[in-house]
Amino acid sequence: MAGRLPALLKDAALTALVAAALGLFIVGFKTRDIGQGLFFDYQLVDLAIAVAVIFFGRLGLQFASMGLKWPSFALGTVLGAVGVSPIQMPSTFLHWFVVIAGVLIILRTIWPWANTAIATVRHSERGKAFGRRGAKWFGAVLLVAAVAMPFAPFADQKTMDLAVLILTYVMLGWGLNIVVGLAGLLDLGYVAFYAVGAYAYALLSTQYGLGFWAVLPLAGMFAASFGLLLGFPVLRLRGDYLAIVTMGFGEIIRLVLLNWVDLSNGPAGIGGIPGPTFFGAVFAETAPTGRQTFAEMMNIPFSSNQRLIYLYYIILLLALITNFFTQRIRRLPVGRAWEALREDETACKALGINPTNTKLTAFAVGAMFAGFAGSFFAAKQRFISPESFSFIESAIILSIVVLGGMGSQIGVVLAAVLLIGLPEWFRDLGAYRMIVFGLAMVLIMAFRPRGLIAHREPSVRLHPVRAGP
Amino acid sequence: MLEVRGIATFYGAIQALHGVDLDVAKGEIVTLIGANGAGKSTLLMTVCGSPRARSGSIRLEGEDITQLPTHEIVRRGVAQVPEGRRIFPRMTVFENLQMGATLGDPAHFPQDIERVFAMFPRLAERREQRGGTLSGGEQQMLAIGRALMSRPRLLLLDEPSLGLAPLIVRQIFEAIGRIAREEGVTIFLVEQNAFHALRLADRGYVLVNGRVRLAGTGRELLANQEVRAAYLEGGHG
Ligand SMILES: Nc1ncnc2c1ncn2[C@@H]1O[C@H](COP(=O)(O)OP(=O)(O)OP(=O)(O)O)[C@@H](O)[C@H]1O
Ligand SMILES: [Mg+2]
Repeated sequence: MAGRLPALLKDAALTALVAAALGLFIVGFKTRDIGQGLFFDYQLVDLAIAVAVIFFGRLGLQFASMGLKWPSFALGTVLGAVGVSPIQMPSTFLHWFVVIAGVLIILRTIWPWANTAIATVRHSERGKAFGRRGAKWFGAVLLVAAVAMPFAPFADQKTMDLAVLILTYVMLGWGLNIVVGLAGLLDLGYVAFYAVGAYAYALLSTQYGLGFWAVLPLAGMFAASFGLLLGFPVLRLRGDYLAIVTMGFGEIIRLVLLNWVDLSNGPAGIGGIPGPTFFGAVFAETAPTGRQTFAEMMNIPFSSNQRLIYLYYIILLLALITNFFTQRIRRLPVGRAWEALREDETACKALGINPTNTKLTAFAVGAMFAGFAGSFFAAKQRFISPESFSFIESAIILSIVVLGGMGSQIGVVLAAVLLIGLPEWFRDLGAYRMIVFGLAMVLIMAFRPRGLIAHREPSVRLHPVRAGP
Repeated sequence: MLEVRGIATFYGAIQALHGVDLDVAKGEIVTLIGANGAGKSTLLMTVCGSPRARSGSIRLEGEDITQLPTHEIVRRGVAQVPEGRRIFPRMTVFENLQMGATLGDPAHFPQDIERVFAMFPRLAERREQRGGTLSGGEQQMLAIGRALMSRPRLLLLDEPSLGLAPLIVRQIFEAIGRIAREEGVTIFLVEQNAFHALRLADRGYVLVNGRVRLAGTGRELLANQEVRAAYLEGGHG
């Protein structure tokens, strides 16, 4: 080791130099407008700390990759300790930065060892059986937690809002999973169907006075017909071409909504959309004439949380329906044909499957669930405009599916929590939260390049899995 | 059963088949041999409608199927074991067989799958293994089993012996013989392994550069000087 030390130090110094050069402009100073013009605020201490951390970090990672466990472990621990210590640093973010560097080095050190250990356990018979049972239980525990969550002590308004948001994306992810994960059709315009569902409810409720539950199936049907309509001409295309054309469709729908002012009220959007009712009861402090509020119906005092909890349960139910439907249809001939089509289209044709029709059903079914989610979104927001349905939404939903591991239902939940929840939780970090977000994405892709849950569970298990040794 | 008349097939500007005539009678095993690139796979795929023949006609039990899409042809009782097997790698053996039964009557499924497992016991042992992790021979068995699940009247096989050890090749050919004799399935077999194929077949055709060069019974072709020189040199067994 001693012989290689100079080379390692040189390498770390070089890395630090590059970091210093780049960081000088990003971290080194920032401009401030104090009324009489722009001034520079120098943050050279920040820069110095960051560069030092990068120097030691690089050194630690090099040690780790050479298998020098103890030096890298020591470096990681020291960095972590410095990070959590009350030493004066210019910002909390720097504390975080140092801690994360330490943790990363420690993780990198134990990674190879942990990896072999996990692999050994996983490939043993007991490990396999345990894994299967674990997956089952994990789903059940998650479900119970989701149902009980609104009554947990930490479920304040902010948390519930976030939970509703995450569940909306879980549902969209599960819906898109049918198209991308099962049928293997790369759809970059999924948000179009979400928009169709949202506008269907917004228009039917504000113009014709229809209620949420009456419109929900209609919105799903509308979105599904749009899926058929858009799918028909494009599903002959494959891979990249399909992705580009669907992306175009997503934008076209948005532009139509933006410009067809008579129908959609254009960029001004549609407001005053009624929220969902509970057997006719509304969620408001006072009910319109002839109606009853939920609080009156139940004989409980009014609280603004009731509406949020109700919304939470609606989206939970809708998401679970999506999930249940997907699990079911995978075992039916249509669902199997979707999966087979993703694997080998030529072989499918040779087995008598009509690829165009099969793809169309996947497209339409996926669109239908987006339509449901869209209606819910409109009922929750009470105001929608084309802005809510931009390409970035499609990209986020697709990221959830890909990150979750294409076709894995639990993976979608984990990815939605990560992608939607993480940026919210790290709001305290201010502008740096996007860095943490990016870092998380990079780490996932580096360590789990095929998604969080890459394993495909067979649709049929023939022998019941026996428990225990 | 199958009547091919004057088929010409093109890939863009390249003509792969130049007016091929060929017949397969009900209950027969007919084999097609020929060098690499002769157009054997093209002929088999043309019968299935992809690529489509530019001229000529293909009749299945009297019905003109030349212009039908692949899945419609398959619906009429034609099953195909394509070149390179093309099983579904991420699906289990069982699921692959389920896919083969897409067109079949669901009521026949348990019986049909038992029949496939009886024919290829190795598949029964591996029913929950993923297709992609099977050995080449097992994959070939799966491809044949999958094709049988739709209870075809005509089975098209493209080089089932490709890349297999002699022992497995013999097993596969035995199975093909049994499918024809015991189940009454008509078989059209494309092969490089001319010796085995011609011994098994009732009749055979030799394809050279997209044209039928020779036709005759299996025995005749095996004895033919030209066939011996071009396809059987080097000893087989
Ligand atoms: N998709 C394609 N596009 C263009 N040319 C093709 C295509 N498929 C086959 N060909 C050409 O058509 C000719 C016949 O090919 P084919 O695959 O039918 O041969 P084959 O007799 O099956 O050969 P092998 O024994 O090697 O499988 C070859 O010259 C081949 O290059
Ligand atoms: Mg070939």
